[in-house]
Amino acid sequence: MSVPFGLRAGILSIVILGLFLVTWHLLVVAQQGDAAEGLDPAYAALLGKQATEGASALPKPLEVGAALWEHIRDPFYDAGPNDKGIGIQLAYSLFRVLTGFGLAALVAIPVGFLIGMSELASRAFNPFIQLLKPVSPLAWMPLALYTIKDSSLSAIFVIFICSIWPMLINTAFGVAGVRREWLNVARTLEVSRLRTAFAVILPAAAPTILTGMRISIGIAWLVIVAAEMLVGGTGIGYFVWNEWNNLSITGVISAIVFIGVVGMLLDLALARAARLVAYTE
Amino acid sequence: MAEPATAPARKAIRVEGLKKCFPTPDGKGTTEVFGDVWFDVAEGEFVCLIGHSGCGKTTLLNILAGLDKPTEGHVIVADKEIDGPSLDRAVVFQGHALMPWMSALANIAFAVKSRWPSWDKAKIRAHCQKYIDMVHLTGSEDKRPSMLSGGMKQRVGIARAFSIEPKILLMDEPFSALDALTRGALQDELVSICRQTNQTSFMITHDIDEAILLADRIVLMTNGPEARVCEIVKNTLPKSRTRQNMHTDPNYYPMRNHLIEFLVNRSKTFRAEVTASTYDPRHPPVVEPAAKGRAA
Repeated sequence: MSVPFGLRAGILSIVILGLFLVTWHLLVVAQQGDAAEGLDPAYAALLGKQATEGASALPKPLEVGAALWEHIRDPFYDAGPNDKGIGIQLAYSLFRVLTGFGLAALVAIPVGFLIGMSELASRAFNPFIQLLKPVSPLAWMPLALYTIKDSSLSAIFVIFICSIWPMLINTAFGVAGVRREWLNVARTLEVSRLRTAFAVILPAAAPTILTGMRISIGIAWLVIVAAEMLVGGTGIGYFVWNEWNNLSITGVISAIVFIGVVGMLLDLALARAARLVAYTE
Repeated sequence: MAEPATAPARKAIRVEGLKKCFPTPDGKGTTEVFGDVWFDVAEGEFVCLIGHSGCGKTTLLNILAGLDKPTEGHVIVADKEIDGPSLDRAVVFQGHALMPWMSALANIAFAVKSRWPSWDKAKIRAHCQKYIDMVHLTGSEDKRPSMLSGGMKQRVGIARAFSIEPKILLMDEPFSALDALTRGALQDELVSICRQTNQTSFMITHDIDEAILLADRIVLMTNGPEARVCEIVKNTLPKSRTRQNMHTDPNYYPMRNHLIEFLVNRSKTFRAEVTASTYDPRHPPVVEPAAKGRAA
């Protein structure tokens, strides 16, 4: 076979996409019903195309494509609180995710180090981690709203809470799993505890820590949509809910595509970082 | 501590009444791995310890390195009882123990920087290069351990140990994971480096030829649990021995047979031997196996 493997995979991807879009188009066309006749023009205007033309509320792929292009063409317009460009909304969400995630890393990595290095700390922290880890981060929302009294900060807090567990657990696991012989090398060289932590334990555990960070940012990006639906105001989650209230399925589908793309880029960035610290034994 | 006037050289290491116990699996009692271990290593001397697995060889070396603590007894280095690891005692680990995220050079530099924290980069680099050249790894400085063969990895481990210019070199079966050809080449290099630098060395091995080639004296350890030093064998081959010519020496086979006889039979039946003889653990018998009519 002379076609390179990567190209073959790419062609197959495009074929799958094409099949999906064609099926989507056909299903929407097939849903087309009968138009109601003899309606008062003013009433017809209120009902929209679904009643007057029998059109499906679900847009065709080309309509979504056009809407996506509209969003990309002018992502940063601001026409009032309920009409901002998708770029602005994504920027709000990204800011919250990165702030919450960054704060979580600042707490989770040092605490994870402590838990990984000390059997006592590990035993002492374990019940709390086990109890709090399975709690949906959104369950913290009312508590955050009541204590912080600021919806945007509450969203950041929810991101913080959901990002902390995978990073904490992976850091502790990575630190506890550092090979004894590497620590023995440091000991026989009379390396100080601090230098051992930074020069031996951190690089040895870095791949595991990065895996935890990658899981965390994925979860954070999942949660931000739901959190912003609740707190409202700004952000991609609010945008989705606003489009639903406007009954604009096109807007909702556009938002889904953008959420997917940004989530993919976040994961890609951390995958790159993981490659930088990876090593083979 | 005053040494007898006849002592040939100052003692670099004195092992006095060492005993190590581990808790039994049920957690109720303890098992003694070895006990009443007495021997010493003179300055500039190369001592090997041989014994079967399970006699606590690695534990003994870890105690000498300061990584483990004995249940009883003590180790005296430079007239002081050791209390933890020290840069004066370098260790070559059984599994090279290189940091996989660092290049060969960086692994050695890590040790050099620990030894001389005030040195600048250029000085550290030049010092490391000297030891990389010494173990014939010139050109592989920037390779990570995963890109090096088993023998090359252990060479980096040896270079790292020598680079800190330790008073004592401790080696825990450093060549056991290597194939016979690589092992031979590394033994030759170790011989030449140790003889050039007059390095005080203590090595654990279960390879008899390795012990005969490298060691001035060989400590024989019986099987565990409750392992003891059975006797100390003085190497009767001339110091100029090499791996190529040592088997032609008339004392080679008496040495080798004595050691094999120990590993195969006496390491198991030693306890019976003790009750029958006047064995003194503080002064284990010293033997010098030699061809008839040819004393060492």
